[in-house]
Amino acid sequence: MLSTIRNYRADFPILDQMVNGKPLVYLDNAATSQKPVAVLDTLETYYRTYNANVHRGIHTLSEQATNAYEEARAKIARFINAAAPAEVIYTRNTSESINLVAHGWANRFLKAGDVVLLSEMEHHSNLVPWQMLQKRIGIELRFVSVTDAGLLDLSDLDGLLAGVKLVSLMHVSNVLGTINPIAHISEAAHAVGAIMLVDGAQSVPNMPVDVQTLGADFFAFSGHKMCAPTGIGVLWGRADLLEAMDPFMGGGDMISEVFLDHSTYADPPHKFEAGTPSIAQAIGLGAAVDYLSAIGMARIESYERELTALALDRLASIDGLRIHGPQTERGGAISFTVAGIHPHDLSTILDQEGVAIRAGSHCAQPLMRRLGVPMTARASLYFYNVPDEIDVLIGALHKAQEVFGYVT
Amino acid sequence: MSLDSLYQESILDHCKNPRNYGAIDGPKVAIHQENPSCGDQIDLQLVLDDAELIQDIKFTGHGCAISQASASMMTLAVTGKTRNEARSAVQTFRAMITKGEALTDDLEELEALQGVRKFPVRVKCAMLAWNALESLLNG
Repeated sequence: MLSTIRNYRADFPILDQMVNGKPLVYLDNAATSQKPVAVLDTLETYYRTYNANVHRGIHTLSEQATNAYEEARAKIARFINAAAPAEVIYTRNTSESINLVAHGWANRFLKAGDVVLLSEMEHHSNLVPWQMLQKRIGIELRFVSVTDAGLLDLSDLDGLLAGVKLVSLMHVSNVLGTINPIAHISEAAHAVGAIMLVDGAQSVPNMPVDVQTLGADFFAFSGHKMCAPTGIGVLWGRADLLEAMDPFMGGGDMISEVFLDHSTYADPPHKFEAGTPSIAQAIGLGAAVDYLSAIGMARIESYERELTALALDRLASIDGLRIHGPQTERGGAISFTVAGIHPHDLSTILDQEGVAIRAGSHCAQPLMRRLGVPMTARASLYFYNVPDEIDVLIGALHKAQEVFGYVT
Repeated sequence: MSLDSLYQESILDHCKNPRNYGAIDGPKVAIHQENPSCGDQIDLQLVLDDAELIQDIKFTGHGCAISQASASMMTLAVTGKTRNEARSAVQTFRAMITKGEALTDDLEELEALQGVRKFPVRVKCAMLAWNALESLLNG
């Protein structure tokens, strides 16, 4: 067990440090991942040797920058099995990608009374843009409920899909770790003529993702959760949908011809990339894709499954600790509550032991209400975490119970 | 920074057995406040008599140990104080939590919370009840 992957910690210099006098145990990966040397070096090389604006200059550095920027797009396209690099649109993050679909596609093709199907487990980034669109054009929002086991309740999927024009669901829950059966839902959505948008923020970093097999029409994710810098994300979309969509923001680089009173737009992907983009960050995402691909996403997935199973097993041994989410077939985000100790107090005590976790509502307040808790603590694993760190987490949780006077 | 300085026994005691927890029957002034960033909430009620003395003060709420203990300790500290004395107690407590300034003798029980100053992200937890009290007294 746990022998299928080498120890990758040496690739992440930030992990080798003391926090509050204890070795850092970084278990907040669902919020953002750390960055390997390969990505850090790529950023530095860009800024030191070929920093220039893209798609503009007829000079050597600009050509180098443009090539690297577009090569990264091609790498990302291969990584998620897009049909062509032009289907990969650079955004800032998953939130911006979802907002782009709301503004560019839904705002144009949906009308008052059309139904958008979401779920109770969605991140705020997949709720608020649709509420805003509802206010603008009067669409109707419908929600798949979450079962006590932390799964989407799909027992009446056909009923839920009646009249639906767009389905937008997360692939993997950032709170529960649940892996949703996207391929199955996509098939049913397409059968009623609906478009399928998938929030892949928590899946792309942790498992092989093939947008074709998933049956997605749009797929959104962030770079910073998969070893790349902040400020770069992706919206993948089927070419025909991108072609028909309105641009989101106007400005330089997204146009074909500009007159004083009107303009024509560039083809996708540039139609959606107004202004000077996050060049270094996009190239950094390309380097992250190379790094992850060299390890192999299938190996990352299987290692994380084993480490998650180990963590769940150890956590279950703590009296008064409750895990919110499924036990198996799940990702590495583990939400829990400990009887008598508020998650913020837990987080402060764990931090004193060098353990970084997240405590809060995880941008999923409706899901917290469904779970009946104001917030949870969350430990989220990545492939550079090791079993020893689970031991430190467990020890720190016992310490918290001691501080609060619960004898364990 | 030691945990003992943050989670002192009296804080944990107030957290587990909050004093003056509940609602006041009859005429009173009331306020609801929360820290949006962490979700901590408090409902604070009090009765000022004709001489502007705090005759009764009660709270309900949920949140971390620091916010709940601070609220409980506050109710003990300001009962029987005048409006102006209670206002000045808020200022003294705030100066202790944010700048490490000394407490007046009448507030010495609150020393248990002085460890919070070393955990800047938790200062807002300790201040929630006091900010609510200040709003109520100024309102």
